[in-house]
Amino acid sequence: MTSQAITLPRVYQVDAGPTSESTPFRRLLIVVALTFLAAFLWLPLAAVFVGALREGLGVYWEALTDPDALSAIKLTVIAALISVPVNMVFGIAAAWAIAKFEFRGKSLLITLIDLPFSVSPVIAGLLFVLLFGSHGWFGEFLAEHNIRIVFAVPAIVLATLFVTFPFVARELIPLMQEQGTEEEEAAIVLGASGWQTFWHITLPNIRWGLLYGVILCNARAMGEFGAVSVVSGHIRGLTNTIPLHVEILYNEYNATAAFAVATLLAFLALGTLAAKTLVARHLRGHH
Amino acid sequence: MSIHVKKIVKRFGAFNALREIDLEVGEGELIALLGPSGCGKTTLLRIIAGLETPDSGEIWFHGNEEGEVWFHGDDSKCQHVRERQVGFVFQHYALFRHMTVFDNVAFGLRVRPKSERPTEATIKEKVMELLRLVQLDWLAERYPAQLSGGQRQRIALARALAVEPKVLLLDEPFGALDAQVRKELRRWLRRLHDELHVTSVFVTHDQDEALEVADRVVVMNEGRIEQIGTPDEIYDHPATPFVYQFLGDVNLFHGRVSDGHAHIGAAAIQLAGHEPADTAVAAMFYTRPHDIELSHDGGGLEARIQGARRAGGVVKVRLERIDGHGAVEAEVPRESWEAEAFCEDQVVRVYPKRLKVFTAPETALAT
Repeated sequence: MTSQAITLPRVYQVDAGPTSESTPFRRLLIVVALTFLAAFLWLPLAAVFVGALREGLGVYWEALTDPDALSAIKLTVIAALISVPVNMVFGIAAAWAIAKFEFRGKSLLITLIDLPFSVSPVIAGLLFVLLFGSHGWFGEFLAEHNIRIVFAVPAIVLATLFVTFPFVARELIPLMQEQGTEEEEAAIVLGASGWQTFWHITLPNIRWGLLYGVILCNARAMGEFGAVSVVSGHIRGLTNTIPLHVEILYNEYNATAAFAVATLLAFLALGTLAAKTLVARHLRGHH
Repeated sequence: MSIHVKKIVKRFGAFNALREIDLEVGEGELIALLGPSGCGKTTLLRIIAGLETPDSGEIWFHGNEEGEVWFHGDDSKCQHVRERQVGFVFQHYALFRHMTVFDNVAFGLRVRPKSERPTEATIKEKVMELLRLVQLDWLAERYPAQLSGGQRQRIALARALAVEPKVLLLDEPFGALDAQVRKELRRWLRRLHDELHVTSVFVTHDQDEALEVADRVVVMNEGRIEQIGTPDEIYDHPATPFVYQFLGDVNLFHGRVSDGHAHIGAAAIQLAGHEPADTAVAAMFYTRPHDIELSHDGGGLEARIQGARRAGGVVKVRLERIDGHGAVEAEVPRESWEAEAFCEDQVVRVYPKRLKVFTAPETALAT
């Protein structure tokens, strides 16, 4: 609520207290956690960079500027540029509807929003093949009109849209529910139109939550493998995204190039983490 | 500028929030809607504002000779909330948390269509004038989170006044504040109203607040209006047992009325002239604890003192009737408590100096 002027960061007391453990046990826990992190996160991350730079900066740069690699980067950026804004609009609309109105089928909508999280990405990909593939429901119609969806860019965008659509909505729903509708009501009583209310009241109140959702959505859009792999057809220079390109290079025993392109995804992950941390700090402070 | 509410009905599912409410709010009046939670008072206020739509009924607004229809059953002639030009003050302030105090107050002016929007200079002048009115001009650049509850509510009021509302509606304006600030603010609201004379309706569940601030009080219960009247009328001549009960602590006695006397148990008590004195089989008598006199051998009912608690200048006494017909609460001045040397387990006489008689059997006695 607004009555809290400052939200202090939580401090976990490790000193004596009824809930604290003995010193050896605490140390053991910390060692276990750090070992796990090192083995499963830092080591692989380091391995990616070591593998990428093993044959020198020249080879690294060549792998990144290879036409197929460039086209994969371009496709990944296109997919993200489409799916992030679309899911942003959808996420705001869904969160608004769920948080501020009562309507029939509301719980169904909430369940459906989570569907992409609960369904395997491979199934998601297959779904689009079933719909738009040559033997799919709309296959004949599409073939007659000479429209290619599966094994082409549109399917990649669709698959990306599908797997990323919960991120923004899930971030905004609890935030908007907590904020309630009083400020919007106040704005409307003061004479603001629906659009003015959204633009001046609702949007500023959710901006950090929205940004947080967008960052996560973007990371997933660029990193998605499973669903995109099913619908892509792996046509070099045409329907490969960065993760698919990495896979192809690796399968061709071109490990250095594979690692080089993989560093792009590693940078994306690190950037996402940094941005996430910054935004999360604002999110806590602005409630 | 007056409001006429005619036969307003509102249901939420199976729950009857308002049952045919009729109410007139006169020009420049300050009216309190008083009642327990769930009585429909906030719903009525929100319907007047246009934040809720009634199921049926009419709302008329008279600014000049010709009235405007605010609500009239079919949607075509209704005015949308943003066209009604009401000022609404929310219980939890609803200040825009990402805007400074200044921007909050200026909001209503800035969202006007370009043709009606004042210049920034005019807006600035107007906002500062309002902030001076609520005595908070020194907080113009602060954010709502940096203000105390009382300050926030005054800013909310300034924001509502900025659009020069035809009517000011306040939903439990002091409900979220602590007792001391509450008392200060309600006196201040009364003074402000005397200065501005804007037609106002406020909702409260606090009878002291309603009686102290309002010109007229509307007591509501279970979606109905129990009584409308000035604070004195409501307090001195409650129309129903509910109103009597809601306005303060009460004692209830069952008995009979005959020859201008109330017969309660073995005692006969002279009734004041204006109370109904005809013979009736059954009657209910209400009296406030401070209207009860205790004595060692005067008239009245016999009762045993169960306990006593000092509260400021009075002593609150719990008694049990000897005839077994229930408990009595009395409030006696401290001096007489000490002078008469009352103490626990004593049997004394309870004499109600004022009795309110309800002869018709009332079932509306909630709680």
